[in-house]
Amino acid sequence: MITFSHVTKRYRGGTEALKDLSFTIEPGELVVLTGPSGAGKTTLLKLIAALERPTQGSVLVSGQNVGKLSRGAVPYLRRNIGMVFQEGRLLFDRNVFENVVLPLRIIGMPQREAAKRVRAALDKVGLLEKEKAQPITLSGGEQQRLAIARAIVNRPAILIADEPTGNLDPDYAAQLMDMFTAFNQVGVTLLIATHDPILAARSTSRVLHLRGGALQA
Amino acid sequence: MRSFFSQHRAAIVLTVNRMLDTPLATLLTIMVIGIALSLPLGLYLVVNNLSRIADNSQGQPEISIFLKDNAGSAVQRDIETKLKARTEIKEFHFVSRDTALKQLSQNMGLTDTAAILGKNPLPDAFVITTKDIEPEHLDQLRKDMQALPGVQSATLDSEWARRLNAILRLGKQGVWLLAALLGFALAAIGFNTIRLQILALRDEVEVSRLLGATDAFIRRPYLYLGMLQGLLGGLAAWLIVASAFALINVRVAEIASLYNLSFLLSSLAWRDGLAVLISAASLGWLGAYLAANQHLRGSRAAF
Repeated sequence: MITFSHVTKRYRGGTEALKDLSFTIEPGELVVLTGPSGAGKTTLLKLIAALERPTQGSVLVSGQNVGKLSRGAVPYLRRNIGMVFQEGRLLFDRNVFENVVLPLRIIGMPQREAAKRVRAALDKVGLLEKEKAQPITLSGGEQQRLAIARAIVNRPAILIADEPTGNLDPDYAAQLMDMFTAFNQVGVTLLIATHDPILAARSTSRVLHLRGGALQA
Repeated sequence: MRSFFSQHRAAIVLTVNRMLDTPLATLLTIMVIGIALSLPLGLYLVVNNLSRIADNSQGQPEISIFLKDNAGSAVQRDIETKLKARTEIKEFHFVSRDTALKQLSQNMGLTDTAAILGKNPLPDAFVITTKDIEPEHLDQLRKDMQALPGVQSATLDSEWARRLNAILRLGKQGVWLLAALLGFALAAIGFNTIRLQILALRDEVEVSRLLGATDAFIRRPYLYLGMLQGLLGGLAAWLIVASAFALINVRVAEIASLYNLSFLLSSLAWRDGLAVLISAASLGWLGAYLAANQHLRGSRAAF
């Protein structure tokens, strides 16, 4: 599903974020990516979603060489990847429903079908009663769940999450991990980046440990 | 296809809602565009009306030869023979002083001019049209006519019309120049308002890109906004010009009636009005396109 081969990412100014990185994530796997801040976790996720391009090596996602995608092809890659960001990236000028429906508007799904999908996604994250609420009135955990609903509403094959539990208390974080596990059980490939060692330890799945831009066994 | 239409409908609904969300800003932008457009449009109409007058008056230059009061029919016949001999003259006709007075009475709407004036003050005259209208040739002919015995004066009637035509050509050039400049201004206004709007909604643009929106999808509502602003601005210009001309026409009708004429300035024709709307909408669209593209090229979706 996701294959990195000899990937190096060097930012302008010479900082090397990733060094000769190679690994493969099979379809349906749940992988936790750990490592201290600055280890290159975010860069690795950015390469998958074509938010950055590798300096060397290749990144394959669903058989496509992401680094070589044309500008016009990138949106179609992203439609197949659900993304959850550390700071939520919600739109605070519209309500919960409107936030979640955005990816479906982007692909031009008819209104009625889109509304069904949105409610299904909100139901999965336990926010069905809040569909008319403004995101600003939600708690941190609820906002993060809203972001997850938006990431899964389009039923992507891959879900990547950057520090999804970053600002949450441990109970909430555990709940969130259970939710991810549930998605994984219905076949979604997940890659979750976290610097939280407890969360990583709690997970029964495969762990990739990044340090200084390289994988550690 | 269904999704194509629903995407456009959604973009239009979004655009209209955004315009209604900020009614004052929207109104001001539309007025700025409308006023900017009404300037060349008003000038165009003024030039148009003047050239209508010039066209009515005739394009063909004429030379009028007025005979001396005491010139008898012998002199008249003598001049007639001489005119026939000149090859450059296309045609000529004789207007007797009585005919001239009758025509004048008719034109002025007066019934008994002779009674008012006491005696007919008009001279006998020949009116000549020539084959070519070169100013030097005409002037030479006029001088020759002036020199004939029994001729009081010879005048070139077309002079004022030709001067007016020259001024109108200048005016038309002015219209195009002004239209080009203000067209540029219109695109610039479109560019700037859309740029500000995109900056205000930068989060939405960024998030949409992360969620897999194509450039076309992100651009669409802004293109509609630019187009709609231009269209409404064009409509405002049309209204401004039409009301201004309606007001002026009240006075024009008053003045014309004093001269016993029925004359009104013609306002903007439908076809011209539609052309204004289409070009204003296109320029608004262009400004929006440039602004949206500049933003899309300039920024990269951040994680």
